[in-house]
Amino acid sequence: MRRPSGRLPESQAKEVLTAVHASLLQEIFSFLLAVFTGWSLITKVPPVLHTPLMSATNAIHGVLIVGALIVVFTAAGPSQIVVAALALFLATLNVVGGFVVTDRMLEMFRKSPTEKGQAAK
Amino acid sequence: MTNVREAAYIIAAILFIVGVMRLRTPATARSGNIMAAIGMVIAVIFTVIGTSLGNLILLIVVFLVAAAIGTYSSRAVKMTAMPQMVAAFNGMGGGAAAMIALSEALQALGHGTYPGLSQAVPGLFDMLVGSISFSGSIIAFLKLQEWMPTRAIAFKGQNAVNAVILVVLVLLAIAIPIVGVGDRLALDWILIAGSVLLGVSFVVPVGGADMPVIIALLNAFTGIAAAAAGFVLQNDVLIVGGALVGSSGTILTLIMSRAMNRSIFNVLFSAFGSKVTATGTSERGEIHPTTSEEVAMLCAYAQRVVIVPGYGLAVARAQQECKDLMDVLVARGVDVRFAIHPVAGRMPGHMNVLLAEANVPYDRLYDMEDINPDFPRTDVVLVIGANDVVNPDARENPGSPIYGMPILNVDQAKTVIVNKRSMAAGFAGIDNPLFFKQNTKMYFGDAKSALQNLLAAIKEEVA
Repeated sequence: MRRPSGRLPESQAKEVLTAVHASLLQEIFSFLLAVFTGWSLITKVPPVLHTPLMSATNAIHGVLIVGALIVVFTAAGPSQIVVAALALFLATLNVVGGFVVTDRMLEMFRKSPTEKGQAAK
Repeated sequence: MTNVREAAYIIAAILFIVGVMRLRTPATARSGNIMAAIGMVIAVIFTVIGTSLGNLILLIVVFLVAAAIGTYSSRAVKMTAMPQMVAAFNGMGGGAAAMIALSEALQALGHGTYPGLSQAVPGLFDMLVGSISFSGSIIAFLKLQEWMPTRAIAFKGQNAVNAVILVVLVLLAIAIPIVGVGDRLALDWILIAGSVLLGVSFVVPVGGADMPVIIALLNAFTGIAAAAAGFVLQNDVLIVGGALVGSSGTILTLIMSRAMNRSIFNVLFSAFGSKVTATGTSERGEIHPTTSEEVAMLCAYAQRVVIVPGYGLAVARAQQECKDLMDVLVARGVDVRFAIHPVAGRMPGHMNVLLAEANVPYDRLYDMEDINPDFPRTDVVLVIGANDVVNPDARENPGSPIYGMPILNVDQAKTVIVNKRSMAAGFAGIDNPLFFKQNTKMYFGDAKSALQNLLAAIKEEVA
């Protein structure tokens, strides 16, 4: 059973949370496929692009913002709200800053091929 | 709605993968990053749509403030500060993972339940690994920003102490699901605090020269933590995105430590560069200072010139002057090439990014293996702000802490000109006998003004 949005009645919550959840195997399957995909992709990246690559993948794990949003939606009471808001704050910094920094790095790469073309002439 | 959301998550995951795929070649790299960002926007939108939105105003305020800070700081930062920016944002992600897990534990306890094992285990893993990534990245940031000493700081038995802390934390994490509701929360906090401490004592003994490897490793940590958060929240896009980063970060870490001819364990646990004592170098002697006029003559009448850029070039922002020098020499028929050591600068590819900024064509950049055989045939090597990556002790002196690290064999060239601000030791804090060799001339000064003087001298003397 997927985690529904909003809060559950207590009895139902107990049922969902106490057992190993039903979708676990399917999640492990997704996890492993993604691990192998990342592995085979990265072995082919030239050293020139290692910095932007590290920076871009840094932004991609900013997908934590999705998790942070979910816990903010369902937070109730001061301590839950403070912790969830902190999670959202940190995750947003990660994702926004990460993509902007990477774009700034790659902006510089874009010009070079035309420059090279001109140099060849 | 759940099905629509799942479909959107699949699209987001595909965009992440294709984005990383396009990052493999310079021409498509920028579009790859934008595709990944679009995937992120899709994932966020479909997380929000169709959900009963609690705490909406708070959510919007927090999001806007953080987005503004993130955009401003990453726009305002200088190119030289990029590595520490990546470290800082990575740390934010690690902290977010730990806070998501804590938040989920708080909410479950609020309902009077324990999370089941399949959620409790990844949750505790998040608190442990996310917190280590958080504090470790902050230390990496502080070191690279030079707000704390960049040198490795270590005390005897540090590795043993870290190992004990780690074992205690893992035992604590195992004990937490077993104890009662009342104590659980306090134990969660102790776990987080202990992990923050471990992150600090794990990165503090790593020297500045190894910081790129640490950032890559902590990036992988945060990726795995994101995947674990996906298991906690039963959310596929978190699992897939996190796993992608976890595996790619691991590979990058291995590639980088291999480039230094050291195992990852050696990088992490040897407190490399903490000793600044004499390393058995007997070759100390006279240095030979030189002037811009002499360097101008040497370069202008050479057949082959190789430029070795290092962190000093980045600090001085002298990449444009470097390109100008290349243009002037190429116009005179000199063969000018750039030798890029895999760990020059403070991140892999750091030098490539800088030189690309100044429009130096890719085909003039040579990797270490490709250019090393050519040094004996090279007339002049111009080392600009690099130190440890051209230290012959790595090849010749078994007593040196960097012995065995592959270096650029610049000392085999006819003349080596080293531009440095002063005789201070390099980032790794060790002596460099290259500076005392007969064929080495020291050209002191800040890289930018030194290159400007050199350009002026070439125009004056030879034109």
